[in-house]
Amino acid sequence: MITSLTAERLACARGDRKLFENLSFRVRAGQALAVEGANGSGKTSLLRLIAGFLSPAAGRLIVQDARGESDDAEERGKKIGWLGHHDGLKPQLTVQEQLTFWAALYRGTVNADALAQVGLARQADLPCRYLSAGQKRRLALARLLVSSRPLWLLDEPFAALDTAGQALVAQLMARHCGQGGIIIAATHDPLGLGNESLKL
Amino acid sequence: MNPFFTLLARDIRLASRSGGSAFLALSFFALVATLVPLGVGADLRLLARVGGGVLWVGAVLAALLSLDRLFQGDFEDGSLDLIALSPLPLELTALAKMLAHWLSTGAALTLLSPLLALLFNLTPAATLTLFLSLLLGTPAVSAVGAIGASLTLSLKRGGLILPLIILPLLSPAVIFGAGAVSLTLDRLAPGGALGLLAAFSAGAVLLSPFAAAASVRLNLGG
Repeated sequence: MITSLTAERLACARGDRKLFENLSFRVRAGQALAVEGANGSGKTSLLRLIAGFLSPAAGRLIVQDARGESDDAEERGKKIGWLGHHDGLKPQLTVQEQLTFWAALYRGTVNADALAQVGLARQADLPCRYLSAGQKRRLALARLLVSSRPLWLLDEPFAALDTAGQALVAQLMARHCGQGGIIIAATHDPLGLGNESLKL
Repeated sequence: MNPFFTLLARDIRLASRSGGSAFLALSFFALVATLVPLGVGADLRLLARVGGGVLWVGAVLAALLSLDRLFQGDFEDGSLDLIALSPLPLELTALAKMLAHWLSTGAALTLLSPLLALLFNLTPAATLTLFLSLLLGTPAVSAVGAIGASLTLSLKRGGLILPLIILPLLSPAVIFGAGAVSLTLDRLAPGGALGLLAAFSAGAVLLSPFAAAASVRLNLGG
């Protein structure tokens, strides 16, 4: 479990272009942070920075947990549950095969009802090429659940989902925060968690 | 199951499903090996003389067909981000992908090679040497290829540049592999050539996961 994630005067540059600088925030266990901003303002870059794919041009990211503080990107990566812009699904594999694969790769628990929770129980044996964009998103959510990571980084979590799907995301996020998890989400829609938001 | 074998099994499954690379590589290899004797003609001594070289080049090109997708498929659909955040270090990820590629192409090509050697009138001894040389040498193709695949993974037409990067690096494998077959045809011991081939392969398999992982890391940040 993570106690808090702190950004200290973070700056991010892509090529010669500075996306943001002097960005500081702190998210504590059980809290969510919505990252807002126009297209191209660096929301995804901030998430990739936290995930450790990008390194900051300046500043530090500190994760605090029971064992103390750490700003090591590799270590931070092992705590992250990632819901990216792309769903990361293979058209040839069935819904169940994908979920089993990711659960095993993440040493997560193969939670039998993860598919039921996201409303895909009936599609378990269907190859992913037959899924709609929204159903793929739901499967990506199920993967997020089975990866059982404390720090969720969500890029446009509501994208492609219908009203019921959006309510599902809100419900899963509320539960994750309730269990002491941390959520950082890049979004244009309100998260509805009584969360703080960060304007880029 | 541990994450390494999980990824290995998934990549092999993807390669063997419809549209996968395993069948493509095998049929390409078989077609090349069938077309060359048709083009060269029925001079059995000449065919035996060029057989080792043709089959080796054919095997390398067949393995190359699917190499550009080694990381690219996972990169484009976002899976590589998720794999990078998993408990499996990127070096082992690269090793698992290389191994899956070798099992679905290199190893399969090796098993098919004795059959194709018949088309080139290779002697049983030379066929055995060909089999051994492919068994020892094709891991190097997957390993060196993984470096090239990781370097070109974010390029849209990376598959076109990939051969330019890795074929020159693979020339030692072709030289020693085909050379071993020639030596056997001349009734000389192929042990030396096979030994050098094995050494080249071992070096490539040991070092390339580190190079490929470093390059994947750079591309994820790009």
